[in-house]
Amino acid sequence: MTTDPATTPATANQEVFAETITELARENSDMLVVTSDSRGSGKLVPFGEAFPDQIIEVGIAEQNLVGIAAGLASTGAHVFAVSPAPFLTARSLEQIKNDVCYSDHPVTLVGISAGVSYGALGTTHHSIHDIAALRAINNIRIVVPADAAETRMVVRAAAAAGEPVYLRLGKRPVPALPGTVTEASVFHRARRLCNGSDAALLACGEAVAPALAAAERLAAENIKASVHSVPCIRPIDTNSILDAARNASAVVTVEEHSVHGGLGEACAALLLHHGIHKPFRIIGFPDEVMVNGSQQEIFEHYGLTKDGIVAVTRQLLADS
Amino acid sequence: MNDSALMRKSIACRRRVLEIIHHAGAGHTGGSLSCVDILTVLYNAVLRISPDNPGDPARDRYIQSKGHSVEALYAVLADRGFLPDEELQTLCGYRTRLIGHPTRKVPGIEQNTGALGHGLSFGVGAALGLRRKRCDARVYVLLGDGELAEGSNWEAAMSASHHRLDNITAVIDHNGLQITGAVRDVLGVDPLVERWAAFGWSVCECDGHDIPRLRAALRREPIEPAKPTLVVAHTVKGKGVSFMENEKGWHHRVPKEDELERALAELDRAAAELGEVERT
Repeated sequence: MTTDPATTPATANQEVFAETITELARENSDMLVVTSDSRGSGKLVPFGEAFPDQIIEVGIAEQNLVGIAAGLASTGAHVFAVSPAPFLTARSLEQIKNDVCYSDHPVTLVGISAGVSYGALGTTHHSIHDIAALRAINNIRIVVPADAAETRMVVRAAAAAGEPVYLRLGKRPVPALPGTVTEASVFHRARRLCNGSDAALLACGEAVAPALAAAERLAAENIKASVHSVPCIRPIDTNSILDAARNASAVVTVEEHSVHGGLGEACAALLLHHGIHKPFRIIGFPDEVMVNGSQQEIFEHYGLTKDGIVAVTRQLLADS
Repeated sequence: MNDSALMRKSIACRRRVLEIIHHAGAGHTGGSLSCVDILTVLYNAVLRISPDNPGDPARDRYIQSKGHSVEALYAVLADRGFLPDEELQTLCGYRTRLIGHPTRKVPGIEQNTGALGHGLSFGVGAALGLRRKRCDARVYVLLGDGELAEGSNWEAAMSASHHRLDNITAVIDHNGLQITGAVRDVLGVDPLVERWAAFGWSVCECDGHDIPRLRAALRREPIEPAKPTLVVAHTVKGKGVSFMENEKGWHHRVPKEDELERALAELDRAAAELGEVERT
């Protein structure tokens, strides 16, 4: 699937999820959605009206949400359990670990309004831990799509995969990215959006667009940066990450997540294991009481922006 | 299978529970002995299951939420032909299928459990899924009474009645003891019947060691249509071995050689008495 960024309007990934799941439900009556009073946040009200027999409401009870999803999956359904990421991946972490992953049921856990999507609502409503927490649990694929095309592809891939998947989605409109999206490129591989040998920018989710904008700005300074969308964080695409690092003088990762345990540390470990010692920086949220503000203000505060990524990359190259 | 045959099976499974826990040097003795009659009745007189086709989509489902009493489940599954009896000796061994809590590696086990408060939600999901498919299979979930302190049980209880699930029966192995002591002292569950009734369940009580009463309570029909069924099975932790009964220390104590001999001798006497009753 190829989209033209110039003519494609910005869309929220979780709206694309809702559209895609509706298509899937029409095609397959064993495709179920389970919600925890979250159909409004998940843009699933039209889905519920169109397919009342394929949506199951459990109320504000995320532990029960995940346990029920596993039980439904055991009867042959493919289940999407949809709930805000901060609650889904913290309150029901044990259900994810035992009922879904350890028991190996094909549930897709859809964490909506992930990262700091709920910006001003505060830390209770942020999920900056979810990738780290789930990376330490066996038997779950972690996917963080960056735009509508990636999201559409990954939802379909998850429905067909027959394995536990965590799908991390944000709610703000994001621009369409260039290039061609295939199932492999979102579910298994990283995707190179542009070339450049000075720095490799590796990003996921809503951090990809600012990384791409940063590369364009750096190009104006004659710093050539490659940009890679890394939707599948686990299992990570080892070859693409190593290639990106080998072909650049420095590596910068960008993610809407804690600097601990996310994409950045996954890449850092990979490079060290393979003896690739390049100047390296992780842009994410540091270990401190999070600043409060809108998602955009939080991004600006911690440098998850074009200017922030440009500054870190420029400095990293200057220091090395 | 008649009631006498079920009673003999229960005694035989108690023997195997004690033997394999002794052999493994690990296990949950008291809770396995308190639920073994429930499992014997379910697996031999209630559940529509077959060891020849353990994955049959139309099978009934049994989920053991109180996963720590897995030795009773393994013993009953082996007796029922789901796994070879000699494999029971591998309990808790290196790379065995018979891990110290239920796993789907073992044929006939539906869900990996062990962390408490998980089984009922899974059972509600399975019951919803079966109903959607218009499959008349029934779901049974075994809970411990101490386990009820886990709040997730009550989320699941609310959802079962909200969704008017009458194809699920939860059974509480109400032996009144948990690892620290009496359930009423640790965190009381009473009034148990009223609480579940208030959560929208039809509730019945029975002696959890009385085979005919268990058979009646565990029948495949709901007590009331459109409502989930709860069976409060009044049990004795360590049931069947005099020096283990109602002793909290036997929660996960392993019988020593002489204790095993004494326990098996008691079970042999019980079997002999059963034989005499049958002959008269």
